[in-house]
Amino acid sequence: MNIPLLSFIVFFPLAGALFLIFVNRENEKVIRSLTLIFALINLAASLWLFSGFDGGTHALQFVERHAWLGKGIEYHIGVDGISIFLLLLTTFLLPITILSSWTYIKDKVKEYHIFMLVLSSGILGVFVSMNMFLFYVFWEAMLIPMYFLIGIWGGKRKIYATVKFVLFTMIGSLLMLVAIFFLYNQYFKAQGFHSFFIFDLYQLVLPTNVQIPLFLAFALAFAIKVPLFPFHTWLPDAHVEAPTAGSVILAAVLLKMGAYGFLRFAMPMFPNALSKFLPYLAILALISIIYGGLMALIQKDVKSLVAYSSVSHMGLIMLAVFALNLEAIEGAIYQMLNHGLSTGALFLCVGILYERTHTRLIDDYGGVSKQMPVFSAFFLICMLSSVGLPGLNGFVGEILCLFGIFQANKVLAILGVSTVILAAAYLLWMFKRVMQGPIVHERIRSLKDMNKREIVYLVPIVLLMFFMGIYPKPFLKKIEPSVSHLVKRFEERVLLTDKTQGSDYILPEVKNDQDNPQEKEDQNP
Amino acid sequence: MTDLFWLIPFFPILSTFILAVFGTKLPKKYISLQACFAVFASFAVSLISFLGLLKTGPEQLPLLKTLFSWITAGKFQIAFSLQFDSLTAVMTLIVSGVGFIIHVYSIGYMAKDKSYARFFTYMNLFTFSMLMLVMSSNLVLMFVGWEGVGLCSYLLIGFWYEKHSASNAGMKAFIVNRIGDAGFLLAILFLFVHIGSVEFTAINQAISGNMITAGFATLVGILLFVGATGKSAQIPLYVWLPDAMEGPTPVSALIHAATMVTAGVYMVARMNMLYSLSTTAGNIVALVGALTAVFAASMALTQNDIKRVLAYSTISQLGYMFIGCGVGAYAAGIFHLYTHAFFKSLLFLAAGSVMHALSGELNMQKMGGLKKYLPRTYYPFLIGAIAIAGIPFLSGFFSKDAILTSAYAQGNYLVWALGILGAVMTAFYMFRLIFMTFHGKERLEPEAKKHLHESPPVMTLPLAVLAFFAVVAGYVSLPAVFGKNLDWFGRFLEPVIHGHAHHISLGMEWLLIFISVAVAVLGIFIAYVFYISKTHLPSQLAQKFPFLYRLLFNKYYVDEAYNALFIQPAVKGSELVYKHFDLKVIDGAVNGAGKSANAVGKLLSFLQTGFIKDYALIFLVGAILLLGYLLF
Amino acid sequence: MIPTSYFIVLSALLFVLGIVAFFVKKDLITQFLSIEVMLNAGNLAFIAFAKAHGLIEGQIIVFFIITVAAAEAAVGLAIILLIYKQKKTIKSEDVNLMKG
Repeated sequence: MNIPLLSFIVFFPLAGALFLIFVNRENEKVIRSLTLIFALINLAASLWLFSGFDGGTHALQFVERHAWLGKGIEYHIGVDGISIFLLLLTTFLLPITILSSWTYIKDKVKEYHIFMLVLSSGILGVFVSMNMFLFYVFWEAMLIPMYFLIGIWGGKRKIYATVKFVLFTMIGSLLMLVAIFFLYNQYFKAQGFHSFFIFDLYQLVLPTNVQIPLFLAFALAFAIKVPLFPFHTWLPDAHVEAPTAGSVILAAVLLKMGAYGFLRFAMPMFPNALSKFLPYLAILALISIIYGGLMALIQKDVKSLVAYSSVSHMGLIMLAVFALNLEAIEGAIYQMLNHGLSTGALFLCVGILYERTHTRLIDDYGGVSKQMPVFSAFFLICMLSSVGLPGLNGFVGEILCLFGIFQANKVLAILGVSTVILAAAYLLWMFKRVMQGPIVHERIRSLKDMNKREIVYLVPIVLLMFFMGIYPKPFLKKIEPSVSHLVKRFEERVLLTDKTQGSDYILPEVKNDQDNPQEKEDQNP
Repeated sequence: MTDLFWLIPFFPILSTFILAVFGTKLPKKYISLQACFAVFASFAVSLISFLGLLKTGPEQLPLLKTLFSWITAGKFQIAFSLQFDSLTAVMTLIVSGVGFIIHVYSIGYMAKDKSYARFFTYMNLFTFSMLMLVMSSNLVLMFVGWEGVGLCSYLLIGFWYEKHSASNAGMKAFIVNRIGDAGFLLAILFLFVHIGSVEFTAINQAISGNMITAGFATLVGILLFVGATGKSAQIPLYVWLPDAMEGPTPVSALIHAATMVTAGVYMVARMNMLYSLSTTAGNIVALVGALTAVFAASMALTQNDIKRVLAYSTISQLGYMFIGCGVGAYAAGIFHLYTHAFFKSLLFLAAGSVMHALSGELNMQKMGGLKKYLPRTYYPFLIGAIAIAGIPFLSGFFSKDAILTSAYAQGNYLVWALGILGAVMTAFYMFRLIFMTFHGKERLEPEAKKHLHESPPVMTLPLAVLAFFAVVAGYVSLPAVFGKNLDWFGRFLEPVIHGHAHHISLGMEWLLIFISVAVAVLGIFIAYVFYISKTHLPSQLAQKFPFLYRLLFNKYYVDEAYNALFIQPAVKGSELVYKHFDLKVIDGAVNGAGKSANAVGKLLSFLQTGFIKDYALIFLVGAILLLGYLLF
Repeated sequence: MIPTSYFIVLSALLFVLGIVAFFVKKDLITQFLSIEVMLNAGNLAFIAFAKAHGLIEGQIIVFFIITVAAAEAAVGLAIILLIYKQKKTIKSEDVNLMKG
């Protein structure tokens, strides 16, 4: 039995989108239900994939490799411990976002759902591509639906926000494209054949001075995506203007691509350049933590507050990535999932409020808890998860990150701990102003509590928050082999290039162990 | 049976879960029954485990139960494991025992509240978190309980969230606690990276194996103490506790008097081996404790809000506990924690009963002469006040005396003197409270007087029980002057607490006891003079020393100072940065790039005239130039 | 036999004539005519060289050019007609819809 399950997961939403084209646009209910069904099928498929995922190895799994355009451009996908959970997070959030926009989106319903499906195909493609060329195709392809999602269904300044978002991302990714081709060329020079395969390119040992410009090109693309200070200003705008589902996907999954990129490309391919720029990047990450937190404190718009909180949280994740040790990176990946859940959930909560009142300004609320007690409980849990309260998921990731950072650099860790205080300050203050206190505005009095649909899509997130906080082992266990391999290889590579300093493009002998994914391919069920 | 001790925290969490999910649909009677029963079950198991512990040899301690491995990543291995030893036993008994009494009291106190289920959900969640805090076998899991109680404190202070003051107080409590927690978290990281584990047994082994230097112990000790100052409301992080009185009174009794605020003391006592390595850290703990004891007591002198007086009193008493821990008399610190749990929760519950009787009145200036209306509240209140004032043969006397004697014995005279000063004030403000509330002229509002009634038995019975313990709880540890080997409490804790007690002569000890009793009586006497016999004196004094009075009345303006020094700069500074850096510099650069691209486009667009002849001309010129280039 | 250079000179003369006419004349139809003249100048050059070198390709290209020119004439005249309909003029100075 050899079903291309992974391809199915990646392209099924796209196929669904194609199918939707032929559905009459008047049947909005059919369109919504169909999309939901597609999303659920995709979730089921990814869970099936997960059940077959072997957590004991760092090797790529569910590998599919086919010739495509030649000259190293292949259709080559697979997952490992670094990407599997990001894949699951994406498929998990898609049905939730569809449900969340059930009544919110009234305009151009058909196009909206088509774009949502295309978007998720693009994102999934980014996480599973093992071919640089393919990766770049997905990386760019995903921008298009996002552009329209913000640009069409967004708020007042949607055009400004969406253009800013796309331009920011494009600037980074164009430089990355140049670097990709340069790398590809170097590989051909060294090895005599063309390859875009990521693991092949890992073997390429470049002198540090060649690594630096390449690394900077990659780092810029990913730093914008994360986003690291000072490349963060697109994020609040995009979040504020995007429809709820767009914000959720943006915060929960899109930002993770930056961190994923660092782990997948920048760190293993340019170890020496990374080591060289580490202090600066770490400081940028630290600034992001504190700066994002302080900015979040004074935002007047709830969505913008959550957006800046993302900057702060992603800063911690990046600081952990730059700590370059097992605990930190494992924590960073775990924290990416946590951030996806908690920030996604916060955006959903804000969306629930916005749908009722059509305002995002904190000052327009106050005393909502009294009218919406159930909502208040959900909002509180999501907020506490974001604050990093032990027992909920955020804590596990946070303490792992901090532990790892502490091992690498005590001063950074001590300063990074400020996130614990800042997160509590800005979120609790927001909660206080929005949910608590006396009711000031008359329209708050007429608010209805959450309906069944809203409860249905928040409950799985909340349950997962508890589960990941209380029993993180199944997750961490599956992440660990890949990360430990990544860290080990990074350390070896730093030493290797040190030895071969100056001599050009030496390839180490390709080790013939489980490293080789082609062998693994045959063993796959 | 003792090996079932790990069940202790799970009754309340189970109850929390049921109440959280189905709470709104259940009848009030059932809710209260379940909530109380859950805590009682914890108490019963604690008691059984405690009795079992008495029979267990010290070599088997602590009893450990690993439920599952919690966080596992590389070197970071944390087990979800609980432990039970004498210190834990004392704490679980206090938490579940006093907790149970307060739960029962809440049935009456909260009877008319709309959010009945929510209240008991939070209370049970609190009990669970507190039990986790004291039962965890490692620092990280302890941190879970630590944050959990902080959360419950936040939720319960802000229980009546429609009030601005309540929701603000809750938020303040959580954020201030988080500042302390950051210190605690750093201490955990330091220990973990240094030792490779944060299990208490492993830490103690590392200390016995000389793996830890005194300097490192000082650093970690101070960081841990930062956490303790947050949770246990010591200088400089005490500011949240007075405001925390916005919560329902049973909450103040349970969380902000008997249990949660003592978590810091418990933690310092739990880490006593580490503190015993560093005299610096110990001295800092003792000094901060002593300063807090005096500072908070002085603020209690002028307050008119009955619960705030008790809040400052709690801060002050917590200071005493830290004096005990700081001077190495951990057993004495825990002993005071234990007696304080009874008499302070008694005082709070009695105050709650007064409020209940007066339809929520808090201001003591509108009370007076209540003794005849509320006898079943008055006598327990009086017992509590006598106990806290340090009058002999009640529990507070024994524990406070043990602490002050140890401080003196260690040679820390400054701390001892501060402690004595605090004791005078304690006696004074407690009896000021009693006299203003229950004696003297009636100053009641007419409306309140109409509804004046004694509280129901479900509230007064817990008072009686607590009053009983406030009297007898001290007899488990008698000072050496009454005979040898009467310190049963200290010996029980010995397997956990490794401190070396300093000994002083019996004569000296008699003298110290005499001094502390004398100052207690003095304090009560002054209060009597001020508020019963010569009632014009306080206002005269206030007029004579207006500056001092205003300073005390306004709590040294600490809240205002923090606001001006930390909060406003953070908010205003961030606003400035946001407006001028984020929006102008970064976004300005981004938008500037866009605008300059636009401008260049505009500039070049003059070439595109739209006239076909112009294009043809350019074309021609281009072709000629190209031709010329090719030919020449 | 007429020398090839004669044809080339004639072709060049025709081409320059076309250019001059294009810039001097104002109405679109005359301009259009001058473009045709230039095209045919090109054709002449192609045929002359093809004959001189004995190659067939030049003649083939001429056929292409004639075909394209025919298509172009059809489209171009249609455009001019539409412009006239809209603007009531066929002077090239009056039409600058594409101004940047």
